[in-house]
Amino acid sequence: MILGNRLHIDGALFFGIVMLLGVGLFVVFSASGKDWDLLQRHGIRILVSLVALLLAAQVPPDALQRWSPYVFFVGMGALVLVLVLGYADRGAQRWLDFGVIRFQPSEIMKLAVPMAVVWILTRRPLPPRLPDLILALALTLLPACLVIIQPDLGTAVLLIISGLLAVFLAGVRWRHLLMLIAVVAATAPYLWYRLHDYQQARIVTMFNPWADPMGSGYHIIQSQIAVGSAGIVGKGWLRGTQSQLEFIPERSTDFIFAVFAEEFGLIGAAVLLVLYLFVVGRSLVLAYRTQDSYSRLLVGSLALTFFFYVFVNVAMVTGVLPVVGIPLPLISYGGTSMVTLMAAFGIIMGACTHRRLMS
Amino acid sequence: MKSFLKMGVHILDPKRDSSITKQRLLLTTMLVLVLTMVVLGRLYFLQVVKHDRYRTLSVENRIGLLPVPPVRGRIFDRNGEILAENYPVYELEVIPDQTQDLKRTVRELNDLISLSDAELNRFERLLKTRPSFEPRLLKHSLSYREASLIAVNQYRFPGVALRASLRRFYPYAGLTAHAVGYVARISGEDLRQIDRSAYRGTRYIGQLGIEAQYEDQLLGVAGYETVELNAHSRIVRSLDQHAPMSGWNVHLTLDVALQKVAREALGNHRGAVVALRPETGDVLAFVSTPDYDPNLFASGFGLHSYDDLRTSPDKPLLNRALYGRYAPGSTIKPILAMAAMDHGLNPKKNFFCGGSFKLSGRDRPYRCWNRDGHGDLNLLQAIEESCDSFFYQLALELGIENMSSWLGNFGFGQTTGIDLNDEPSGLVPNRDWKRRTHGEAWFPGETVIAGIGQGYLLATPLQLAVATAAIANHGKRVQPRLLAQFENLETGEIVPGPEVRITANTAVDSFLLDTAIQGMIAVVHGPRGTARASGRGAAYRMAGKTGTSQLVSIGQDEEYDADSVPERLRDHALYITFAPVDRPRIALAVVVENAGSGSRVAAPIARKILDYYFIERLRRAAVTPRINDFG
Repeated sequence: MILGNRLHIDGALFFGIVMLLGVGLFVVFSASGKDWDLLQRHGIRILVSLVALLLAAQVPPDALQRWSPYVFFVGMGALVLVLVLGYADRGAQRWLDFGVIRFQPSEIMKLAVPMAVVWILTRRPLPPRLPDLILALALTLLPACLVIIQPDLGTAVLLIISGLLAVFLAGVRWRHLLMLIAVVAATAPYLWYRLHDYQQARIVTMFNPWADPMGSGYHIIQSQIAVGSAGIVGKGWLRGTQSQLEFIPERSTDFIFAVFAEEFGLIGAAVLLVLYLFVVGRSLVLAYRTQDSYSRLLVGSLALTFFFYVFVNVAMVTGVLPVVGIPLPLISYGGTSMVTLMAAFGIIMGACTHRRLMS
Repeated sequence: MKSFLKMGVHILDPKRDSSITKQRLLLTTMLVLVLTMVVLGRLYFLQVVKHDRYRTLSVENRIGLLPVPPVRGRIFDRNGEILAENYPVYELEVIPDQTQDLKRTVRELNDLISLSDAELNRFERLLKTRPSFEPRLLKHSLSYREASLIAVNQYRFPGVALRASLRRFYPYAGLTAHAVGYVARISGEDLRQIDRSAYRGTRYIGQLGIEAQYEDQLLGVAGYETVELNAHSRIVRSLDQHAPMSGWNVHLTLDVALQKVAREALGNHRGAVVALRPETGDVLAFVSTPDYDPNLFASGFGLHSYDDLRTSPDKPLLNRALYGRYAPGSTIKPILAMAAMDHGLNPKKNFFCGGSFKLSGRDRPYRCWNRDGHGDLNLLQAIEESCDSFFYQLALELGIENMSSWLGNFGFGQTTGIDLNDEPSGLVPNRDWKRRTHGEAWFPGETVIAGIGQGYLLATPLQLAVATAAIANHGKRVQPRLLAQFENLETGEIVPGPEVRITANTAVDSFLLDTAIQGMIAVVHGPRGTARASGRGAAYRMAGKTGTSQLVSIGQDEEYDADSVPERLRDHALYITFAPVDRPRIALAVVVENAGSGSRVAAPIARKILDYYFIERLRRAAVTPRINDFG
């Protein structure tokens, strides 16, 4: 713990994260059809992510607070750039190719949006007033819109969730919240109209996947079959027929929870959820312990965003929410998302372990 | 703007901020717990409440039943000659999903085995229809060389597969087409009528002849393989196998060598030959010309050839032996002779033929084929010389009802019961029938021409053969049969075909029969017999009767001149015969369309067939003994 303190690492939270990463290794191995190369790449990403966590933890929160607007603007610039000259992959333009590494600017925004919103809101005493609220919403919706255009509905939803959580934690007044809900309800038809056909299909499909079992309903039906056929104890590691015979689409990424639930059953799924709750809960405890509003709000919204990450993914795989393409955090294979997530946990840890002077 | 300025003066209050946020953190923590319960509840619902349903679905997902088609039974003639068999062919299939570069793959395959434009076009069309993980046919019936080329280069072509299947083959092609029939691809029409589960994996079905008649036995029983499939319907492993049962081999009563002789004897004529074993009904030969190559139905026609077959004026698709309906002409005279004797005609009584016959009180003469007249002749001589005037008089005295009833006894106007589908019954008229169908009374003149087998009378070559066999059998009419036995190749079990069946046992006085047969013998061996040219020098004794089936009625004073009548309107030549007379072994009906006279054309054909059957065949058998030759 002494070493942990010096490295600005919270032992309990770190333990929870490593447990989840460990589970991830097993599930990715199974989901990939025992692909050792892929497992190796997953391991390397985990190591890179751990480094990101360590580095992020060293940043003192007041520095973060100062950098917040700049990080946001850099992120926005990258988002615009990606639309102009981004690398298209499977119909979606999400990547910037820097020769050595490709990365998704939308990942930066996962950190930059809550940072910027919290920065705006904590410049003045809480609860926020309407102009600040509108500004905060603008800082949330602007990047979210750019991400939707790519199109990447999943990440956009998460960005909006993270911004709204920050606003909520900042003590937004209930009447303001009701106003917001009213505005959303009023613009919903327009938003629906703007969605891609496949996105509309996904939402329609959620309500009745069996209407088109071989088309838009295929993903959700197959993943529900995987989850449901597992029963209480599951089919055993590497023995899920839905996973091993490739009935589950996007097995190693977005639908990896279906693989896990098929092989480890209700018991395994419950244990996994408890593990996630532990990580979220410990993060919220850390949020409690922070000494300033910025840190508290940022840690709180990052921790809750993480939870919603998990919730939206599991709800989508089990057919509670429509299919939006987001991975199961800390377990799914791939992407820059693992690095961003771990950096977020680094920020959470750093915010609570750095001694701060009261301003 | 105002509020922005105002905000600057606000003093931060960390304590208040902290309590606000902490309160909200508590609220969100509750939300976290509630949402977690929602997810857990959903998992409980899927994994416990609905577990059985999803377990079933998951099993159905991955378990596939692959039909394994049975091998169709083969068809043999009475001597074990193969008439229908199966030989392996290869089809080339491409699974687009599994190729690395579909266009390049097709191009390289084309370099290897050269594909036709039609094949490439069909492939292009197939590409657009089904999901791309399913195999598409690129080329069927690969030659052995092509299949080998693909096989050795297989490693270069992921997603390309050779599929072996069995194709029906008729080694005798057209020779046996009308009797054996053929198989063709199962059509949409067929699908509505068959039990689809029995045809899983089978693509051909018997369409005509024996192939259709014994379809159920030939087909066999489909097997299946239980396999584990992945999401792309690729077989991961085999879980269970249930072997198919081959169809029964069908052994026919046909003698393909005799069939061949009959076919050659018919030459380029359109016509039919049916040969029966009188005492058993075994169909020894069943020839209809012209014929067609039944293999085309299995292998596929060229662009026009099916239409050519269908529209040809020669009607090669028509099975004349079974469906051809001809006026029997003078071939029924022996039967009418028996009927007349049964009604009191004294066979010794002479009758004068002056070359024509008149109904009393009418002017119209009914001509005898011999314009000069036969002079005085008795019944036996009338049969021998086929005197028409004699039989005009005989018919008039007998009446149409008696004639019809006697003809019926010998199977005219009725189906013979042969094991082939949709057999026509032919036509034997009587007064009732005339009134029913024509709404008219029966005219005496119609009775007169019925006496020489013209008018409404219609018979098939098969009926003629059956009637001939019945005469040879002394009144016992047997049901003709093509099936000798079924043979199960796997168990060795033999199931004999239908027993010999006597369909009518006419209690004909043997004196009547002997007289009729005497007349028929005289036709071949008598000094004035109409077929005496065909009986000359025969090493065995035959009984026969010539016949001519008129297509155009000749006016009273007109002369029938074969050369002036268009070929298609010329008379059909008919001949029935059985031999040897003391112990008949074969009964034969020969019909030659538009060939003129029975004695000149049909009888010599019969003689060739009989010569083969009694001399040539036995000589060959002595060199290479075979089972069943004497059976």
